[in-house]
Amino acid sequence: MTTDGRLSGHAGHNGRKPLHNPLGMLAELTHRCPLGCPYCSNPLEMDKREDELDTATWARVLREAADLGVLQVHLSGGEPASRRDLVDIMAAARGAGLYTNLITSGIGVTDQRLNELADAGLDHVQISIQDGEPKSADRIAGYEGAYARKRALARAVVAVKLPLTVNIVIHRANIARIDELVAMALEMGASRVEIAHVQYYGWALKNRAALMPTRDQVERAVGRIEPLRKEHHGRIVIDAVVPDYYARFPKPCVGGWGRRSLNVTPAGRVLPCHAAESIPGLEFWSVKDHSLREIWEHNPAFNAFRGTDFLPEPCQSCERRDVDFGGCRCQAFALTGNAQATDPVCHLSPHHHVVEEQAAIRDDAEYVYRRL
Amino acid sequence: MNTPAAAPSILPDSRPRLPRGVRLVHNEAQGGWVLLAPERVFKADAIAAEVVKRCTGETNFEAIVDDLARTFRAPRERVLADVTALLQGLADKKLLEL
Repeated sequence: MTTDGRLSGHAGHNGRKPLHNPLGMLAELTHRCPLGCPYCSNPLEMDKREDELDTATWARVLREAADLGVLQVHLSGGEPASRRDLVDIMAAARGAGLYTNLITSGIGVTDQRLNELADAGLDHVQISIQDGEPKSADRIAGYEGAYARKRALARAVVAVKLPLTVNIVIHRANIARIDELVAMALEMGASRVEIAHVQYYGWALKNRAALMPTRDQVERAVGRIEPLRKEHHGRIVIDAVVPDYYARFPKPCVGGWGRRSLNVTPAGRVLPCHAAESIPGLEFWSVKDHSLREIWEHNPAFNAFRGTDFLPEPCQSCERRDVDFGGCRCQAFALTGNAQATDPVCHLSPHHHVVEEQAAIRDDAEYVYRRL
Repeated sequence: MNTPAAAPSILPDSRPRLPRGVRLVHNEAQGGWVLLAPERVFKADAIAAEVVKRCTGETNFEAIVDDLARTFRAPRERVLADVTALLQGLADKKLLEL
């Protein structure tokens, strides 16, 4: 690696790669969650409650994040409301000048807590909904009554005039209902809806065959986005996370490794993305031992895939090299065994056949629910 | 636009303001003004920032245009066209209330 991690603010001198300031930070406050969604982005091996960072440490990390240039913090988990000090942590983030986004399952955020969060300056709430039909939604979440409780929280969020995003993870069980799901988000009073096709990491990778839609289903679903955007223009913002197993080109995962975002686990390890620990051989530093800036600039794991020098062909001479950075490192490792490889989602990858073979494997086995 | 916009159109007496969840902040590390919104960050150039700063809900659209034309000594018609496009675009993205 030639990246020396110096913060120069100037790009490209002497072959040195620019070190960007992160824009967003995912703060995984806890891995505890009442739901069991089979596509959960948490790792298979989760942090235990007794290892979770305390309130004061989170407050320090949030101040350090703001100093580092982070603009938005996503308070997530697990279910962040599983922490009794959620309001204090949110207030610390807001006090540091950060834009605060609460990402919740909807379970555990009481009306009183919501009011406290709103009063302390929470900027935005994102609620996940598993499907438009209560029975199906509860089955996917592995939690009876989840759907109704989510709808109730959404009403409370709208009532206190906080902006609401509805996040819907799309997979074989609900992919036929894109129009209805967007209509549901509108009815809930959301100003934004995420139609997020499953990304196959962690629990989703484990449940891949049970979640994987067919190419026809994906093409139909993706084809609905633009007409729906036109139809609801000015009423709701529709953001789509594309299903990359059927894509021609890979996604620019997290905007590039160690480039625009970072993730802090419940126990305080700092990662370039939530799945980064699936790549062996990388040592991730903890906020218990280092400042966030030290980690961002000097942790070798952050520098491991910064820039594009490590990329092989066909990426190196590809016109999309600086657009998608060769795709996702975790996916490259999961599917080829080599984290430096071209993301095999790319049709130009010599390993692309692996993606096609895996996408063809579908079975209706029971989900393996995510449990701590 | 070939579909009806659900966001209302700007009128001379509209009093544009940032809705809850949208904030204009100055950030040294990111090199200037940024508009923060749910899951989104927009860099605002100096002119856009001057326009958005005036969207307080107190001042009506006509007065904002007058003020900008005066402050920047620009032809009012030109300012009107530019500001209309900017603010309508923000409203359509749910970043502004009219």
